[in-house]
Amino acid sequence: MITLEVDGRTIEAKTGETILTALKREGIHVPTLCHMEGLPPTGACRMCVVDIEGSPNLVPSCSQPVAEGMKIRTSTPRVLEARRTIVQLLLSNHPNDCLYCTRNGKCDLQKLAQDMGLHQRLYRGTKTSKPMDVSSPAIYRDPEKCILCGRCVRMCEEIQGVSAIDFIGRGSRAFIGTAFDGGLNVSTCVNCGQCILVCPTGALSERSYVSEVIAALADPDKMVVVQHAPAVSVTLAEEFDIKPGVDVDGKMVAAMRRLGFDRVFDTSFSADLTIMEEASELAQRIKTGGVLPMLTSCSPGWIKFAEQFYPDFIPNLSTCKSPQQMMGALIKGFFADREKIDPANIVSVSVMPCTAKKFECGRPEMSPNNVADVDYVLTTRELGQMLHMYGIDLATMHDEQADTPFGERSTAGKLFGASGGVMEAAVRTAYFLLTGKELENLKLQALRGLKGAKEIHIEINGLEIGAAVVSGLGNARKLLDQVRAGRDDLQFIEIMTCPGGCINGGGQPLGADLKAVRARMKALYKIDREEHTRVSHKNKWITRIYDEYLEHPLSHMSHRMLHTHYEKRDGLAL
Amino acid sequence: MAETGIETILQEHPSAGRDSLIPILQEIQEDQGYLSTEAVTRVGEHLNLPASKIYGVATFYNQFRFQPKGKYHITICRGTACHVKGSGNVLDMAMKRLKLEPGQTTRDRLFSLETVACMGACGLAPVVNINGEFYAKITPQKLARIIEQFREEESTNAEG
Ligand code: SF4
Ligand code: SF4
Ligand code: FES
Repeated sequence: MITLEVDGRTIEAKTGETILTALKREGIHVPTLCHMEGLPPTGACRMCVVDIEGSPNLVPSCSQPVAEGMKIRTSTPRVLEARRTIVQLLLSNHPNDCLYCTRNGKCDLQKLAQDMGLHQRLYRGTKTSKPMDVSSPAIYRDPEKCILCGRCVRMCEEIQGVSAIDFIGRGSRAFIGTAFDGGLNVSTCVNCGQCILVCPTGALSERSYVSEVIAALADPDKMVVVQHAPAVSVTLAEEFDIKPGVDVDGKMVAAMRRLGFDRVFDTSFSADLTIMEEASELAQRIKTGGVLPMLTSCSPGWIKFAEQFYPDFIPNLSTCKSPQQMMGALIKGFFADREKIDPANIVSVSVMPCTAKKFECGRPEMSPNNVADVDYVLTTRELGQMLHMYGIDLATMHDEQADTPFGERSTAGKLFGASGGVMEAAVRTAYFLLTGKELENLKLQALRGLKGAKEIHIEINGLEIGAAVVSGLGNARKLLDQVRAGRDDLQFIEIMTCPGGCINGGGQPLGADLKAVRARMKALYKIDREEHTRVSHKNKWITRIYDEYLEHPLSHMSHRMLHTHYEKRDGLAL
Repeated sequence: MAETGIETILQEHPSAGRDSLIPILQEIQEDQGYLSTEAVTRVGEHLNLPASKIYGVATFYNQFRFQPKGKYHITICRGTACHVKGSGNVLDMAMKRLKLEPGQTTRDRLFSLETVACMGACGLAPVVNINGEFYAKITPQKLARIIEQFREEESTNAEG
């Protein structure tokens, strides 16, 4: 332990940690811009400077380690002036259109300008103007609003292992872009949206489909149905300033009806269906000596990543479509038949924690006969936006239930929203399929929590099954490289694109820290703890849909509706 | 002169690490005249580096181009002496007239533009080099005339 003096107070710090970390623990706030939790500091922005007695220059607290007896002052006139100047300089070539910005009210730069009391432009800088990149079906990049902090680049490279973007050019002409400055759509970007979450300004946002959905809702000739992903009900509240970790499932369903959706379905239902198919596929691969380890296929960012960087693992990918696309196929297939509506007159909307789902629904194989199974994907944020637009206050809604036939779910389906949840749900059902008995303890603690890589080995019928779970594609890289190098004790691997899973998806409410993400995760575990139907195979509507329509898992019909294929992607991949 | 080819160049750097990136790119540009998408992708595979990273590094330096040179490759000196004598105006004119940024090539592949820090011909300032030939004490008007001459030659050639 080390003792420091901060603004006249004595605090303790650990050897080797940075000043910033020590200050944070004590609740002392120092503004930062380029700093990213959990990554080594770059010291690029100098926003975090503090005054240290005996040091002639101001010191960036995010990269300076603590030392015994250090006397730190966090707000001397010199410090305040330095920070004000930095923000002034950042603003010198920043557009003035805060009112129209997607980040209005949530922008770090805006907040800094406010906090520092800056009320007029002191400097006027120029910037090579560059058009917005609107090439991607999921992510918009506006270089005019970029302050070159580099956070998106680090997220994409160091956490996601994708490196679709980097600093291009030099000096005042520098910008963040893709290889050959092409659009994101022709880059290796996997549409995960994690860069949006870390951007301090409005330079990054999702491609919004709110107007399209509003138009569809207003069209009397269309039946507009909506599905909502497992992780949405535990985060939507944050868009209404309710603290993270509150499940608003019933209120959300009610609010969706108020918006005018004709049917509200729960994607957790098709998550249960995914489990039936995927667990059966795993059992079949194990019994027949199929390709192992089997890799989950519900996270579309991961799928594109595999097609680009790990095409040798394509045979390992489960052929199951994602829950979103299974639901989409059922809506335009089974549901359309049942209601006797032409699928072309159904508008199928989904609300997802994810930006990559916007890309997924546009994949050609997801539009049989040129009718898309899912027409528009909205993020949790966009749903929040729509509700505000329509003046619907979530808090005042009374709980309502999702519609049949795709409204019922087990808690296993709900667990899909967190890293480890697909595996936990799959193990529960695979155990039953292989032994005819229920797993004694349904809760698989080793698969829970926010760690980027988790593993268990369990015995089913005398067969030892190795199961691994990774989230964040950088972690996926590490594990797949082990498998490539010959590691063979794993039969089943769950891979989610976003660190922590969909609860931390690229489409989720902005500004969540680790604590908030943990609260979201706990909300899912609470649902699993408190409800009765905890395994997918006991979902009554799952049984019915097999009886009435799909026959049995992996049937011919299932294959036609619920399974898909993947292709190696060439291009700028590496 | 025949091209050595990307593969041969890469073979000469068998167990290359990241620090060989710049020399490899230089050799490829020397050989092929520019860095094609294909070249960058291959270098990426070879060095285990993402294409975005290579492009980022390469654009940090002025020396790399990503489009093949035009039939007339115009290099404008931006060194101090030339700058003082007005090479900035010469560059502006060329950019406007050819509708090019430095590093780019016209669609008809006739002209390409490049700037360099100093050609070491300060006595001739402001100086422009076209396909190896120096043009001394250039003005925007002079360069415009030269460009027009090349254009005319090309169209008469095309007709004849
Ligand atoms: S969406 Fe994901 S993959 Fe694409 S640029 Fe952002 S972080 Fe990289
Ligand atoms: S896009 Fe956002 S995160 Fe990326 S460098 Fe610019 S300001 Fe930073
Ligand atoms: S936050 Fe410390 S230098 Fe940017």
